Amino acid sequence: MRINCPHCGPRDSAEYTYYGDASRVRPSLTDTGVEHWHAYVHERNNVKGPMQEFWHHLHGCRQWLVVTRNTATHEIGAVRFAKSPVSDTAGA
Amino acid sequence: MTQYSALAVLRNALSGNTGWTRAWRDPEPKPAYDVVIIGSGHGVATAYYLAKEHGIRNIAVLDKGWLGGGNIGRNTTIIRSNYMLDGNTQFYEWSMKLWEGLSHEINFNTMVSHRGLYNLAHTPGQWDQMARRGNIMRLNGIDAELFTLPELKRRVRYLDYSPTARFPIYGALHQPRAGTVRHDAVAWGYARAADKLGVDIIQNCEVTGFLRDTAGRVTGVSTTRGDIGAGKVGMAVAGNSSLLADKVGLKLPIESHVLQAFVSEPIKPLVDHVITFGAGHFYVSQSDKGGLVFGGDLDGYNSYAQRGNLPTVEHVVTEGKTLIPQIARVKLVRSWGGIMDMSMDGSPIICKSPIDGLYLNAGWCYGGFKATPASGWCFAWTIAKDVPHEFNAKFTLDRFRRGVPIDEKGQGPVPGWH
Amino acid sequence: MSTQSFRHTSGGRIDRTQTLRFTFDGKAYTGVAGDTLASALLANGVKLVGRSFKYHRPRGIVSAGVEEPTGLVTLRSGGRREPNVPATMAELYEGLEARSQNAWPSLAFDMLAVNGLVKPLLAAGFYYKTFMGPFQKSWMWYEPVIRRAAGLGVAASERDPDRYEKINAFADVLVVGGGPAGLAAALAAGRTGARVTLAEQMPSLGGALLNEPAGGAPDNWISSVVAELRALPNVIILTRTTVFGAYDGGTFGLVERVADHKIEPDAGEPRQRYIVLRAGQAVIAAGAIERPIPFGNNDRPGVMLASAARAYLNRFAVLPGRKIVLFTNNDGAYATAFDLKAAGAAVTVIDARVDGGAIASQAAQQAIEVIVGHAVVETHGSPLVQGVALSPYDIATGQCDNGFRRLACDLVAVSGGYDPQVHLATQRGPKAVWDAKRACFVPGVAPDIQSQAGACKGSFATADCIREGFAAGAAAAQKAGATGKPGELRVPDALTANDGSATFVPAWDVIPPKGLREKKRFIDLQNDVSVSDVKLAHLEGYVSVEHLKRYTTLGMATEQGKLSNVIALAQMAKLRGIDIPQVGTTGFRSPYTSVSLAAIAGHETDMHLRPVRRTPFHRWNEQQACVFIDAGLWKRPWFYPRSGEDVNLAYRRETRQVRETVGMVDVSTLGKIDVQGPDAAEFLNRVYVNGWKSLEVGKARYGLMLRDDGYVLDDGTTSRLSEHHYFLTTTTAEAAKVMSHLEWLLQTAWPDLRVHVTSVTDQWGGVALAGPNAKKLLADAIKDIDFSNETFPYMGVRQGHMGDIPVRVHRLSFSGELAYEVFCPAGFAEAMAEFLRDFGKRHSLILYGVEALGALRIEKGHIAGGEIDGRHTLEDLRMEKMASKAKPYVGSVLRIRPEMTSDDRPRLVGLKPVDKAARIKPGMILQPHNGPYKGHGLGHVSSTTYSPALGHSIALGFVIGGASMEGRIIDAVYPLKGDIVMVEVVPPHMFDPEGDRLHG
Repeated sequence: MRINCPHCGPRDSAEYTYYGDASRVRPSLTDTGVEHWHAYVHERNNVKGPMQEFWHHLHGCRQWLVVTRNTATHEIGAVRFAKSPVSDTAGA
Repeated sequence: MTQYSALAVLRNALSGNTGWTRAWRDPEPKPAYDVVIIGSGHGVATAYYLAKEHGIRNIAVLDKGWLGGGNIGRNTTIIRSNYMLDGNTQFYEWSMKLWEGLSHEINFNTMVSHRGLYNLAHTPGQWDQMARRGNIMRLNGIDAELFTLPELKRRVRYLDYSPTARFPIYGALHQPRAGTVRHDAVAWGYARAADKLGVDIIQNCEVTGFLRDTAGRVTGVSTTRGDIGAGKVGMAVAGNSSLLADKVGLKLPIESHVLQAFVSEPIKPLVDHVITFGAGHFYVSQSDKGGLVFGGDLDGYNSYAQRGNLPTVEHVVTEGKTLIPQIARVKLVRSWGGIMDMSMDGSPIICKSPIDGLYLNAGWCYGGFKATPASGWCFAWTIAKDVPHEFNAKFTLDRFRRGVPIDEKGQGPVPGWH
Repeated sequence: MSTQSFRHTSGGRIDRTQTLRFTFDGKAYTGVAGDTLASALLANGVKLVGRSFKYHRPRGIVSAGVEEPTGLVTLRSGGRREPNVPATMAELYEGLEARSQNAWPSLAFDMLAVNGLVKPLLAAGFYYKTFMGPFQKSWMWYEPVIRRAAGLGVAASERDPDRYEKINAFADVLVVGGGPAGLAAALAAGRTGARVTLAEQMPSLGGALLNEPAGGAPDNWISSVVAELRALPNVIILTRTTVFGAYDGGTFGLVERVADHKIEPDAGEPRQRYIVLRAGQAVIAAGAIERPIPFGNNDRPGVMLASAARAYLNRFAVLPGRKIVLFTNNDGAYATAFDLKAAGAAVTVIDARVDGGAIASQAAQQAIEVIVGHAVVETHGSPLVQGVALSPYDIATGQCDNGFRRLACDLVAVSGGYDPQVHLATQRGPKAVWDAKRACFVPGVAPDIQSQAGACKGSFATADCIREGFAAGAAAAQKAGATGKPGELRVPDALTANDGSATFVPAWDVIPPKGLREKKRFIDLQNDVSVSDVKLAHLEGYVSVEHLKRYTTLGMATEQGKLSNVIALAQMAKLRGIDIPQVGTTGFRSPYTSVSLAAIAGHETDMHLRPVRRTPFHRWNEQQACVFIDAGLWKRPWFYPRSGEDVNLAYRRETRQVRETVGMVDVSTLGKIDVQGPDAAEFLNRVYVNGWKSLEVGKARYGLMLRDDGYVLDDGTTSRLSEHHYFLTTTTAEAAKVMSHLEWLLQTAWPDLRVHVTSVTDQWGGVALAGPNAKKLLADAIKDIDFSNETFPYMGVRQGHMGDIPVRVHRLSFSGELAYEVFCPAGFAEAMAEFLRDFGKRHSLILYGVEALGALRIEKGHIAGGEIDGRHTLEDLRMEKMASKAKPYVGSVLRIRPEMTSDDRPRLVGLKPVDKAARIKPGMILQPHNGPYKGHGLGHVSSTTYSPALGHSIALGFVIGGASMEGRIIDAVYPLKGDIVMVEVVPPHMFDPEGDRLHG
């Protein structure tokens, strides 16, 4: 698998680490709801098909990326920096 | 149905092997059952124990493909009960006890081989950690031995013990009763035994949804072969747990990851035990047919593709060749991938679900095979009695909400790290 | 020495001028350059080469390629011994040494051939039905016997002396296969200017065209295309190279057998090269393999694929038989008959079809007897084929009828049609689909960057292969971005004539006529799976393709069913009365052909398995006779022995002396993270449980971090170097995880915070100086820092110089002594160490390692890896008071769930043996005094040491009840060795609990 890092270009998946579902929303720091935090920490999307995922370019630019990847085919779609929600998108 | 024995083999041989009968029937699904189990890995074991231990015989086991086509037929066949944490120790030891009598009990030779498992330690600190685990095992009635390097060298001769190795071997924790089992035979043997007790095993029957009554209770399943009513529905579908649970609106603390495994060409006996490398992720045993069966870490990403990629292949093979240098010229003939239902703490879930009539058996990570008998046994108990047995009492779904994970590796709620 | 009596004096693609000597089972033979071991053996009339897996039946050479199921040998000896090598793939070299396998005492007389006499007992799956008694664990008694009988060759017993290497490669277009389709594809792509890699598994390019007589039109075509390819600088041609796997993102796994055709690799040359190739596009042109037809005793040496017989004649000038029966269901195999006849053999064609058509007439004109509507029912002869029985045959039902007659022969050449090699094309899905018209599986729609051409997609005619290949190559290059034009490629008329017998009528089985006893009709020749085994599987309900394979082991052999899978599927379909596609096909999985483990391992084995991390003091430490210990990838100083000391004596001395004078320890492996930015204080305040807003510049603070689920992640100290600049340290073990965690929080949760984190672990060397003399020593060494307690108090941080070396000095203490951590840029580390050692002489400085470091911290009850193991809460560690109630932080919500703060959880305590001479061992489990010892008890021992200060063994551990248990006696047990130690529960802080020593 190769992921097209918006900063480094296409790099082998071995350079990256994985952190799963990127669609879940982290409760705000001041949110004291146990249920919110429990759901955020433990209940992640685990779909078959296209999925938004966090990947960390650990052995590269060390940016956290949001990668759209198909879990049934491993096909990689759009890639963007996690810190900038819309811009800096690299093609597949 | 023919009782299997040496005599039966001889008798049938004389009659040209035409007297054998089907190992299990191929029935059409009935409109309704007392219990419907989805999945024919742990599912067939569950059905067998429901029928045998609890007298519930109006049961269907549904599989979307062929019997035993999931992870029960896609693993590295290792059995062990070398766990450290409360909850796991008793459960896996119960599984080991069931393995010991399994071939006789179900009249099917599952080739339970207690050839022993050595967990290698490479530093004094790691050895001390193994001491803790071994002591816990002994206190829970589980066999365990801790070996220093000279003791290990006398027992296992084919490893690289050079002191100049990148991670020199320091010692090992040994579980003599651990070993391997012929994986397919477990699915087939349970299926045959369950079938004999009246269980319907229905292949090529994919569950597409759940039937619910007005109160929300699950009353059956819709399938590719029509609706099937059920007093209770148990799901044991490993890597597909999240997809199936999603059909009842249940979100599970599980990610599905791909784990690759490998087998070499057959060679004459070389690796007489199960060995796990302690400075990486590699484990190996040799099948009775002669192939080295080995594997390592997860690929590390969610996948339903049943195949992985080269970085993991390289990791596994480099560690294997480093540990056993003489296999350098042995050749890899086959690899495959299984979809692991990785839970948030590396331990399984066997419990009633929050939805009436639905029971969960999931989260096996990459250790589901060795658990098959106890998983089936405990799941059957839970379904039959509506309360867990003490062996699976800690394997609840709500332990994550409550903050009491059973985390053998101490990695926290990141499924791919367990 | 035998002569090559089956070698022709002319023809072939060999070099007769180079005679090569080799041995098989110790007997000497000769071959010539260009031979394979298989062709050389056949040239010498050696047909019996192996024994089968189960029945130990004599077996010979069936094929001329990778599909070889039975002609397996062990090559070479010592560390180079390689089992299970197909003789068909072993190129001959001077001095080749081969042995037969799975036979004892000899190939000709194999004791276990007795298995063949009881074949019915050993039918498919027999072992599932027996070997269960008389006792519960009886299998343990049977298993060793069965294991010894199973297996094929023997692995080497020594380390392999050869080198292997891995390279990463890139191509716009990868072409798999160097036959007509592949060559054409490479040419089309190459002409466009695309970077092309062409990989061919055999030593020569040409594929099936090499089976044609040498020197003809096919050779001319091959040489012209190859010449043009070689002239293109953008085309790389790899022969002896197998593309074994197709992976995601255009990644392919290749193995190049660089030196397997030599007795040993040249100096500096690897034996094999593993290539990870990333391709923009891939054209799979993997060809097809001839399909056999099962008939009785079809496993005897002397039964061979028709294409193989032709290959031995035309490639190697070897006549594989003199009186030949060709059994076919297609036109294509007649070419074998023509060539063998022309070479002087007597040939009889048994055509399974009712009408042989024009080709049969053509054969008759060449004085070849053609018997249509017949089948070979069985062979006879022992051990080699001496003749066949043939019988009128109904190809649709597979049934023979109306008696039989015998025909003497020494070779049966079989052709049941062709199976496209869909393996690589379908590894990534979708599965192969059944083409009913052509009676074979063909690849489904190619995934993303892949395309297929030629025989591997069912186009068997040479001209079609060339046209498809050329078009696929041109299209792939274009998709990969090439802009050049591929031009034209004319197919010579001579090649158009060769239609490769596009159609055949499948012949799945040959059922003997009445009056002829049924013999084993083998499908998987290596694993001894026969037609009757498929029937048995069907009878017992193992009817899906996966059950069939697993129950009978069909297709599980070294060639993974290349000759057997389709026939078995067809037979199961017939038994079930359904179509072949309904039985299904298993997915194909890497590798296409077997790959040596050493190749994939490349050079990353042994010492190079993982990188070694060394601190900047490493070389200096080595000079001080340090003994190192592995900590993850790090080599850390373990202890510094003086003469005769082992680790136990050394660390006790080191520990004692730290408390008496001063010691220095290398702490460079601590994770070090630079935290900079205007919001750095706010950031730290969020990631640590304690407050950070009030930390002044020049001060350090101890902090604890939690995971989101509220469990303790790590601890360490962080110092404020300037207004917006902090220096954060982590434990050695968790450094990488903490760094990723901080980046994660900054980039995903709080992108608004103006903070940068940078790992500086490798940029800074660090030592801790601990002991009563530490201050005096440093005051001597560093002139620009005032070390008085008033100006540089505990938890102070100063920057200064040691000589010319810039240093940061942090007054921290892990040992409980007056202590400092001194950091310098890594390049100055050795100089700083020298400096400190020189200044240390007058202060009785010693060096200490991590064993003494551990002893000192355990005496003080400080937590480390044994306590921070990912399963403990702040309450467990008795550090809940550190947690701020005034602010939220990572984990603050989930950590206070009732069961995480419950008093029922084991909590941190100190432990002292009641008998001061007793030793508390690591890994002990804590149990009630005098038992009963069972279950998980009260807790466990997490860290132990001998305390020189206290004069006895001490430990940290976790006990249910925690502080409330202090003063109680419990037992620490070690059932693995039968040890029991009575221990008193004490506060964790066992030495200098008031902390007086800290201040000097």
